[in-house]
Amino acid sequence: MNTTNTNFTLSIEDLTVSFDGFKAVDKLNFYLDKNELHVVIGPNGAGKTTVLDLICGKTKATSGSIKFLNHELTGLSEHAIVRAGVGRKFQTPSIYENLTVLENLEVSYPEGRGVFGSLMFKRSEKVLNKIHEIAKEIMLEDELDRESGLLSHGQKQWLEIGMLLIQDPQLLMLDEPVAGMSVKEREQTAELLNKISQGRSVLVIEHDMEFVARIAQKVTVLHQGKILASGDMDTVQNDPKVIEVYLGH
Amino acid sequence: MSFVYEKLMGGKKGLTGFIILATLILVIFPLFLDSFRLGLAGKYLTYAFAAVSLVLLWGYGGILSLGQGIFFGLGGYAMAMFLKLEASSPENTSIQSTPGIPDFMDWNQITELPWFWEPFTSFTFTILAVLILPAAFAYIIGAAMFKRRVGGVYFAIITQVIAVILTVLIVGQQGFTGGINGITDLRTLNGWDITSDSAKTVFYFITCVLLLLVIMASRVILTSKFGRILLAVRDKEDRVRFSGYDVANFKIFVFCFGAMISAIGGAMFTLQVGFMSPSFVGIVPSIEMVIFAAVGGRMSLIGAVYGTLLINFGKTAFSESFPELWLFLIGGLFIAVVMLFPNGLAGLWNDYGHKLTDKFSFITKRFNTLAAQTKLKKVEDAR
Repeated sequence: MNTTNTNFTLSIEDLTVSFDGFKAVDKLNFYLDKNELHVVIGPNGAGKTTVLDLICGKTKATSGSIKFLNHELTGLSEHAIVRAGVGRKFQTPSIYENLTVLENLEVSYPEGRGVFGSLMFKRSEKVLNKIHEIAKEIMLEDELDRESGLLSHGQKQWLEIGMLLIQDPQLLMLDEPVAGMSVKEREQTAELLNKISQGRSVLVIEHDMEFVARIAQKVTVLHQGKILASGDMDTVQNDPKVIEVYLGH
Repeated sequence: MSFVYEKLMGGKKGLTGFIILATLILVIFPLFLDSFRLGLAGKYLTYAFAAVSLVLLWGYGGILSLGQGIFFGLGGYAMAMFLKLEASSPENTSIQSTPGIPDFMDWNQITELPWFWEPFTSFTFTILAVLILPAAFAYIIGAAMFKRRVGGVYFAIITQVIAVILTVLIVGQQGFTGGINGITDLRTLNGWDITSDSAKTVFYFITCVLLLLVIMASRVILTSKFGRILLAVRDKEDRVRFSGYDVANFKIFVFCFGAMISAIGGAMFTLQVGFMSPSFVGIVPSIEMVIFAAVGGRMSLIGAVYGTLLINFGKTAFSESFPELWLFLIGGLFIAVVMLFPNGLAGLWNDYGHKLTDKFSFITKRFNTLAAQTKLKKVEDAR
């Protein structure tokens, strides 16, 4: 594989991170196409969240390379990675509970990101239109003036997704987006994910196999920091190794 | 117009609070307090600058600084150095072995004015020093801490340690700083006697106006997107970072701004009280400033001023009779506020204040019915 320039949105090569000798991610190679919705599954401790941490700069890689649209991400600071176009949703809903839904989206709006820019930032018509557009997409248009701490768990998850969408990232990474959601909310979230994966690449970590089957175009199974299997849902589900370590128990 | 209304005052509620505070300190205090008590009020209002800075830093930003005394002190010392040099003219100090230098330097066998004292002969430099030096120092501390993601308790302890170091330095370098006694015996400002009653009244009003301006400036910051980012950082720092912000820069800015306004308070303190000493720099004053903000309400710029006034008048009244008990009382009060009224006086006002205003609403109601009756009568008369 040519390591310099590719057509992939994300290309991870030989990525390794070790914590005191324990290799949480071990020589991982992973590629993500444009417009691809890819789900990563795997047992606890497989290194799924660590991979997201590495991509978004929360954890520094021991060795290897992470290229996003052919730009090297390792070594960049977190905010620079976000500004390059990578958005990441955390496992537990991570929103500003003391601000309203509108203010949450406004803080995430990708303008006025410097100290003085934020002092001069104006809540213009353009900003409000974008906020309303996103709020409609994440089904929170009627909750804009509500303090976000009062939202239901599922709505909080959607709000965080909305906070990423407003930045229009080329790569969206979601860590267990349906954890703690009701059946109906799961269905709505699946619909939402299918809609927002148009025009961007989406990387999802999920445990709920039913949900995975509903959204995934491609699935990768991670085990002990390495890729165990990869392919479409059927291939992966019928892979004897996968059944043994993950699905069988 | 809407800029003034929304940004400077914070809308209708903010405007009412602002007008009440302005009336209290600009009209009611000068009318009803004797010159001694008014002097005290003026002194307390200089502490309120630091309390307001803590509302921004701690209440909104979640950055607990236990070292605002550092900046209050730096501002106060800068002003004191200027006044001291003016009071140490060769004529005034002719009995010293080296005339023309501050008396404490002479006592410590220093024969030449130290280089860092030289620029403080200029009033313009002094004003700039009050505004810029503490902010620059805060920038160094802030950049060193926040860029390395030192926060929370660790940051609080480090600011406290810096306050101690600064106190030790001032006390130890007696020849350069006046030592434990501080810089005393300040007399004139550009030839104008600052110890006179009229000068004190003028300084009182300047302090009030500056404090109100500082509150307005802080309000502009808090109502901007910056203010919401500050709250967001307090709640979920990682989320802000992963939304594309360099969080450290925001913390550094608010820390520097807080340092600057604390220093303005310190400079006004020196002018009103006529001296500056290390006892306004160290741990105790720094923690007291936090208590002022906590009691007033750490989310309320105006509440912080009331908290400062209440605690300090309480301290004066109480410590006249039971000086030993005061520290226990203020400690107990702090614990009580944190546990029972986390939003302080401002929180109490928001929760129960409307009941008070409801009680007075019968006046407006009666007025309205009276007006309606007269109108009705007029209509009937016309018939």
